[in-house]
Order: sequence, then structure tokens, then C-alpha cells
Amino acid sequence: MKKLWADLALILGLLLLAGGLYLALAARGEAGAWAVVRVESEVVARFRLDEDGTYPLNGGTNLLVIEDGTARIAEADCPDGLCVRQGRIRFRGQVVTCLPNRLTVTIEGGEDSGLDAVVG
Amino acid sequence: MRTKKLTTLALCTALALILSYVESLLPGLAAIPGVKMGLANIAVVFVLYKLGWKEAALVSLVRVFLVSLLFGSAASLFYSLAGAALSLAAMGLLKKSGVFSAVAVSVAGGVAHNAGQIGMACLLLETDALRYYLPFLTLSGTLAGVGIGLIAAALVRRIDMK
Repeated sequence: MKKLWADLALILGLLLLAGGLYLALAARGEAGAWAVVRVESEVVARFRLDEDGTYPLNGGTNLLVIEDGTARIAEADCPDGLCVRQGRIRFRGQVVTCLPNRLTVTIEGGEDSGLDAVVG
Repeated sequence: MRTKKLTTLALCTALALILSYVESLLPGLAAIPGVKMGLANIAVVFVLYKLGWKEAALVSLVRVFLVSLLFGSAASLFYSLAGAALSLAAMGLLKKSGVFSAVAVSVAGGVAHNAGQIGMACLLLETDALRYYLPFLTLSGTLAGVGIGLIAAALVRRIDMK
């Protein structure tokens, strides 16, 4: 019975931690300016979010679509396709990840931080 | 190693492997990498309680290698190894403390597994952008851990190893 309370305390603590992490880390809703594509850890491409377009990434393993100021992966050759299901991103700090292809698309920069986009 | 123990460990490893395979057949639960039930941890928690930490570590690590070899990739091996190592450490410590039941031990294992995986992914991809997944992985690890822990606890109670 004692252990039940300890268990519940741990579970509650972890749920609170998840909530706290969410509040601390969630994208703040600031629109970004660039979709930055990294493979392994190298920046391989960056695209302006205000210019619509369709771009094959990483030799065609993933297809990036930019429209209406959002970025999404429309197609991927990986078995789980999680990057496609992660949907559209538009706010600074948001990311779409394709772990099998070691590829990430991150939203960076904003109206007031053009320099960030250059330094990357 | 006595024959009976060897056989039991082999059986549990095979079980963990099958559970991993079954889970890989199910559609993903969420669009975030790493969100899963962790069925194989039923076998690992069971061994942890029935045979001990070293034996559980053995089952878990052999499972990770076999799963990566059979269904995964080189990258998935690193993610899983980091997750399994952190998970084993967390479960070992919590069980040793004597304060918690198998459910909490499984919960800690689930959350630690997710944390280890995301940490390794951040290292390999050299980006900290993945930290945005942490809240969701903490939540999913906790919920999955409760389910897996209840199953494992029931098995530990009901299966007599003598």
C-alpha cells in the first residue's frame, strides 16, 4: 500500500515534469523566416518561408513543400513516414525530423532576427 | 550459468524480441519519433524481478542488438542502446531503493528510455531542436510505463519460477 503512494507520487511527478517541459520548451508562436534543412548535422539548404515551392531533399529521400508560410515534408522513402505525419511547421524552433534519413527541417529566424538566419 | 537459468534467459530474450517485432507491425501511435508502447519491457521488467539486474541488462542488450540487426539500421542501434542503458540504470536504481513497485520501476524505465534515445539523437544529429519532443516523450513514456508495468507486475506475481 505504501508502494502504491510512492508509485502515484512518481507518476504524478513525471506528468508535472512533462507539463513543465511543455511550458518551458513549446514553440512560442513567433513566425519564422527560414526552413533550414540539416542532414547528419550539416546545414544542406535553407528556404524562405514566404516563397512557395517544392524541393527534393537529400538526393530525393524527402520532399519538402513550402506553402503559405509553412513547411512540411510531403513525401519520404522511410518505412514509418513519421516526418510526413508531423505535418506543417511555421513557428521558430519547430522541427520536423526524419530519423532514418538523419534529416531535420527547423524553422529559424524571424522578422527581427535576420542575422540569425545568416549565421545559422 | 545453470542450464535452467540459461534457458529462462534465452526464452525471455526471445519473448522480448517477438514483442518488439509485434510492436513494429502496429501503426505508429503518434507522429513523434520514439512514442511507443515498449512491449519488450514486459520481458525486461519480468527478468529484473525474477532473476536480477544483470540478467535483465543481458536480455535487454541482446534484444537491442538483435532488433537492430533484424529490423533496424545502424542509427537505430545507437538510439536504442542509449535508451536501453539509461532505462536499465533507472529501473535498477528504483528497484534497489525498495520504495516503489514494479509499475513505477517500469514507468521510470519508459521515461528514461525515451530520454536516452532523444539525447543520443541530439548528439548524432548535433542539434538541440529535438528537445521540443521531450515533453511529449515524457508523457508517453509515463503512460506506456504504467501499462507495461501493470502487465509485468501481474506476470511477476503469477508466474512461479521454482
